[in-house]
Amino acid sequence: MSLVQPTRKPAKNAATDSPQHAGASHAVFRGRWLPWLLLLPSLIVLAVFSYYPALSTLRLSVFRANIVIGNEQFVGVENFVTLLRSPVYHQVILQTLVFMALVVSLGLIIALGLAWLASKPIAGAKFYRLMLIYPYALSPAIAGTLWLFLFNPEVGAVNALLGNLFDLKPRWLDNPVLAFGLVVAATVWKGLGYNIVFYLAAIQTVPKELTEAAEIDGANGWQSFWRVVFPLLSPMTFFLVFTNIVSALFDSFGLVDILTRGGPVYGQTGITTFLMYQLYQDGFRNFRSGAAASQAVLMLMLVVCIVVLQFRYGNRKVHYGA
Amino acid sequence: MALKFSKRRRGALLTHLILSVAVLLIASPLLFALIKATQAGAQVVGPSLAVGRHFLDNARVAWEGAGLGQYMVNSAIVAVCVTFGKTVLSLLAALAFVYFRFPLKSLLFAAVLFTLALPTELLVVALFDLVSGGLHWGNSYAAIIVPFLASATGTLLFRQHFMNIPASLSDAARIDGAGPLTFLSRILIPMSWNTIGALAVIQFVSAWDQYLWPLIIMQSEGKQVIQVGLSKLIDTEGQSSWGVVMAGAILAIVPPMVVFTALQEQFSKGFALGQDK
Repeated sequence: MSLVQPTRKPAKNAATDSPQHAGASHAVFRGRWLPWLLLLPSLIVLAVFSYYPALSTLRLSVFRANIVIGNEQFVGVENFVTLLRSPVYHQVILQTLVFMALVVSLGLIIALGLAWLASKPIAGAKFYRLMLIYPYALSPAIAGTLWLFLFNPEVGAVNALLGNLFDLKPRWLDNPVLAFGLVVAATVWKGLGYNIVFYLAAIQTVPKELTEAAEIDGANGWQSFWRVVFPLLSPMTFFLVFTNIVSALFDSFGLVDILTRGGPVYGQTGITTFLMYQLYQDGFRNFRSGAAASQAVLMLMLVVCIVVLQFRYGNRKVHYGA
Repeated sequence: MALKFSKRRRGALLTHLILSVAVLLIASPLLFALIKATQAGAQVVGPSLAVGRHFLDNARVAWEGAGLGQYMVNSAIVAVCVTFGKTVLSLLAALAFVYFRFPLKSLLFAAVLFTLALPTELLVVALFDLVSGGLHWGNSYAAIIVPFLASATGTLLFRQHFMNIPASLSDAARIDGAGPLTFLSRILIPMSWNTIGALAVIQFVSAWDQYLWPLIIMQSEGKQVIQVGLSKLIDTEGQSSWGVVMAGAILAIVPPMVVFTALQEQFSKGFALGQDK
């Protein structure tokens, strides 16, 4: 079963469902109340801190409200109409989509390539693997902090290097294109450990006989990778595409908040103001709770679409060979 | 034969080359931070990459002067409580889902599953209203612990793992007169250490990395978490002393790195386990 994770919670990979076990009955213990008692703590926490706020968010989205002062006024779908007509929000949606596409494609291509190389039977493979996966322990805020200094125009190491070699001192965080590229690169870097961990685990399950057979049939390394290994990894790729989309949507907040604060301005708004940052700005800087709630509802619809897509296609379209 | 051998060696050499460059590139921001954390004064903002002797001074300024020590303790308390709570609650929930029959079981399971589509980030506005306005937890650790105690991921992972354990074991346990809780503690948990370890790594790291929610909800400066503390450290020291900021960032990486390294074996095995055909 493949499952979409919310932010920062990796889980089992897409290829782990075992339909042969799913039907097996394990239900052996009796007790009318005991199962409820066992479930109760989880159910209470989820009801109070997931379902109740989700419903309040739905309700708030049709109000003009400020939760700090505590006033609210019913406005129907006005929040949604305003949002969907706002050129600023259009740009935020567009740049979030571009950001997501870049982070997912670059992140997965690099992770897959490195995981494949590090799974080869070469000397020191274990060392390489460890060095590739430890960035998993990095947080978005720490990544933002390191890159903020690294790319500081005056005192950063990158400009010290570029200044010495090419006499260049780009202002990374003031130039819209450079700042956007920087946030993409930092996000990809931060996500590499996670993606490589899962690709390494998946590559280990590819039967050796298959690649050996391909080589005997005359395939070179490149061909056996693309024709044999890559298709076998498609469930994992599928899982990672979705976890990376979700993490680009939500996890990027800490990095953006520290590295660029949503800026620099380009067109209607800051070029690194993504959906989550916009929601935070409206909810907790401008205290437009209703507007923020309606943004949350739109994002929720996006996430539900992603989850539904994953459950529909994650299980059917991709599978381990025959 | 000789040709083929040399070709293979060339391939291995290329692999080594690419991997070394990648490892170096990936490590470079951290290496840079480590070096700068050891420097002081003008050297920090200069191009020098020589290792200095000021790491302890920088770390002390960050730890005591900027209050990073308190933030680290707070984050440790939160991460340990959340990891422990999530593990226990998901073990119990998975026990109910796998070893009992009861009405509404599949509906409840779907309800747990659906919370995967409801990340905290989406709910922040309403959650803030509930936790700060309704529960008055704005000055308490509870605000950054309790909402995260249940885990759909954990429940799913343990459920999957329990289903792969032969039913004969639970049958035998029942025939021997063991209750479900005895069965859990004597048989299931000892058979689940890899899964528990893998889950603990994920949950500790994700709890340690929390940023948006503590930033919004925590009113009490003395109970703020390290990730937000780091951003405060940039605000206070970012102009004057980047060496201190880098030392702070290095300190903040240490706990998740230690947990990850300590449980690395379980982490890999816990995931590989589900992949058995």
